[in-house]
Amino acid sequence: MLKIKNLHARVEEKQILKGINLVVNAGEVHAIMGPNGSGKSSLASVLAGRENYEVLEGEVDFDGKDLLDMSPEDRAREGLFMAFQYPIEIPGVSNINFLRTALNEIRTYKKLPALDAKQFLRLSKEKQKLVEFDAKLVNRSLNEGFSGGEKKRNEIFQLAMLEPKLSILDETDSGLDIDALRIVASGVNKLRSKDNAFILITHYQRLLEYIVPDFVHVLYNGRIIKSGTKELALELEEKGYDWLKETFQEQTVQL
Amino acid sequence: METNDQIIQDITSQEYEFGFITDIEMDRAPVGLNEDTIRFISQKKNEPEWMLNWRLKGYEAFLRQDMPIWQNFKLPHINLQGISYYAAPKTKKKFNSLDEIDPELLATFEKLGIPLNEQKALSGVAVDAVFDSISVATTYKEKLSELGIIFCSFGEAVQEHPELVRKYVGSVVPHSDNIFASLNTAVFSDGSFVYIPKGVRCPMELSTYFRINAENTGQFERTLIIADEGSYVSYLEGCTAPMRDENQLHAAVVELIALEGAEIKYSTVQNWYPGDKEGRGGIYNFVTKRGVCRGANSKISWTQVETGSAITWKYPGVILQGDNSVGEFYSIAVTKNKQIADTGTKMFHIGRNTKSRIISKGISAGHSNNSYRGLVQVGPKAENARNFTQCDSLLLGSECSANTFPYIETKNNTAMVEHEATTSKIGEDQIFYLNQRGINTEKAVALIVNGYVKEVLNQLPMEFAVEAQKLLSITLEGSVG
Repeated sequence: MLKIKNLHARVEEKQILKGINLVVNAGEVHAIMGPNGSGKSSLASVLAGRENYEVLEGEVDFDGKDLLDMSPEDRAREGLFMAFQYPIEIPGVSNINFLRTALNEIRTYKKLPALDAKQFLRLSKEKQKLVEFDAKLVNRSLNEGFSGGEKKRNEIFQLAMLEPKLSILDETDSGLDIDALRIVASGVNKLRSKDNAFILITHYQRLLEYIVPDFVHVLYNGRIIKSGTKELALELEEKGYDWLKETFQEQTVQL
Repeated sequence: METNDQIIQDITSQEYEFGFITDIEMDRAPVGLNEDTIRFISQKKNEPEWMLNWRLKGYEAFLRQDMPIWQNFKLPHINLQGISYYAAPKTKKKFNSLDEIDPELLATFEKLGIPLNEQKALSGVAVDAVFDSISVATTYKEKLSELGIIFCSFGEAVQEHPELVRKYVGSVVPHSDNIFASLNTAVFSDGSFVYIPKGVRCPMELSTYFRINAENTGQFERTLIIADEGSYVSYLEGCTAPMRDENQLHAAVVELIALEGAEIKYSTVQNWYPGDKEGRGGIYNFVTKRGVCRGANSKISWTQVETGSAITWKYPGVILQGDNSVGEFYSIAVTKNKQIADTGTKMFHIGRNTKSRIISKGISAGHSNNSYRGLVQVGPKAENARNFTQCDSLLLGSECSANTFPYIETKNNTAMVEHEATTSKIGEDQIFYLNQRGINTEKAVALIVNGYVKEVLNQLPMEFAVEAQKLLSITLEGSVG
């Protein structure tokens, strides 16, 4: 579904991705871990097409299409979803109106008929239930005055509504208490299927106790320096990142 | 000899083909402004003497005043002697078909979803078929007159209801109020008149749009609305379609009078031609609008959506004279390219327990300049007066500017006056968030702007609000790149 080949990118003058290689297939969940400043969130931003990130080298293939050649909205319409680390507030725009606009834009792009109000509300009710999203928040202004946890849960609700192929969750666990974390995780687990894929970007192993990944990658200094299965996350939890950094530096010296 | 006689005969008997003194010529006043012009206008309109005298008082006041200098923009020179102050109706240039109309204008009509016949009427194409709204208007008129509601042109009111006009005209905006109001008093062409009798709730929105003779009263319009005790009326002015007009200066006057327990809701959508990208040729919209809550428990509410004109300069205000009266002002002012808006409101608290609420939403794009200027004045007898003001500015791009000039004067220490102001920019983060959900940038901006102005749009009558919303998105198209 997603093939990243030798991806280099910079933001302003700082190079932040230095040759990422990653393949994500349908049905898989990948976790990307790493210390602060290693480039995890940058990778998400580059894939989603944030403007101030400049791709220097490399390719990204998304279901046979050149992802980097698409506008951010077309990437979204093709089925790439990013759950934001800091979801933005938009005063006066109701959550539900925003979602209806988004969903119908995506449907139009896919040459599907737009949903009418009734169909849309039915779908919305169904998904609210699935991800345990508070009905009161649905009609409020988009993220305005939401608590940190409510914002994150709103991201998962949107994910459920838009049914993307590939979801990138950018530190969705940060700032969540244990109950919220459990609800978010159970939402994601319900949405997992053989046809979609997830990339979880996280600092902590904690999230991975709830959403069990198929693969774990460690990102350091703009490169994936180690990949493994869920056991790798446990190892990291125990030992920290320092042992990996040392090995990685040795490798580079050898090269 | 015979041939000479023949020639003389021919010349004297034939109609003079250059039409020296035809009716058409007579229906246009000579260019320039002097007492004779005013007498000419008054005579043409067959006005009673008190009306002529009042016009002349306005003219005298006009001569005594200079152009204002306090505004936050450079006032272009306006040659007031270069205008013809009276032209008979329907002198607007007529086109034979829509093919002759600026395609850009037509594209805008298309986007606004304006029916073909209305498109023709708006852009000045002669309409051959009977215009739908004429029959609608007639039906409405019958219904209204059953209730004793008077809704007619100002000129008609002067003829048919002189006692009402004489009693109220100039009672809210005096003939000497400001130079443009004085000019309007002297030369006003026509306008609307509304009277709602005691205890009557006007069953429909009154709109100039449905008044057949509303056409071509544009330049110096005068509106007078009187809501008698316990009555209610909602009045709509303007429309969302871009209006073509040959006249650059528009100096209208609107007066509202709410007697005890009455409520007047006045909504405006203004979309006059703003000029080209450099602002050349746009309309100067210098309007004086004021209402008085004369009786206790009365209410006046102004709602305006201002997107057009090269310069918009107006402060719809409310004089809160009656105890417990309420004044409201809800405004959206959008400027782009080189447009200028200096607009806001004035709330004069005179009676006890009077309340006012001001919500102003400015949106500036391009190289435009958007100012909110508001006055809240609390008099010595206005015990427990309350005011809440919120004025927000939204900037699109970095070349535009927004300013806030709040003036607060209170002479009563029981008054509570609150003022909140914010300035924000549409953030790249907001746009990216919406992009990431499949919404393109144009739509994203429209969504954000509509959210920003929602509080004001909610004040408009439903169908008007929908149109205004469309208008805003179209106006701001291409403002964020």
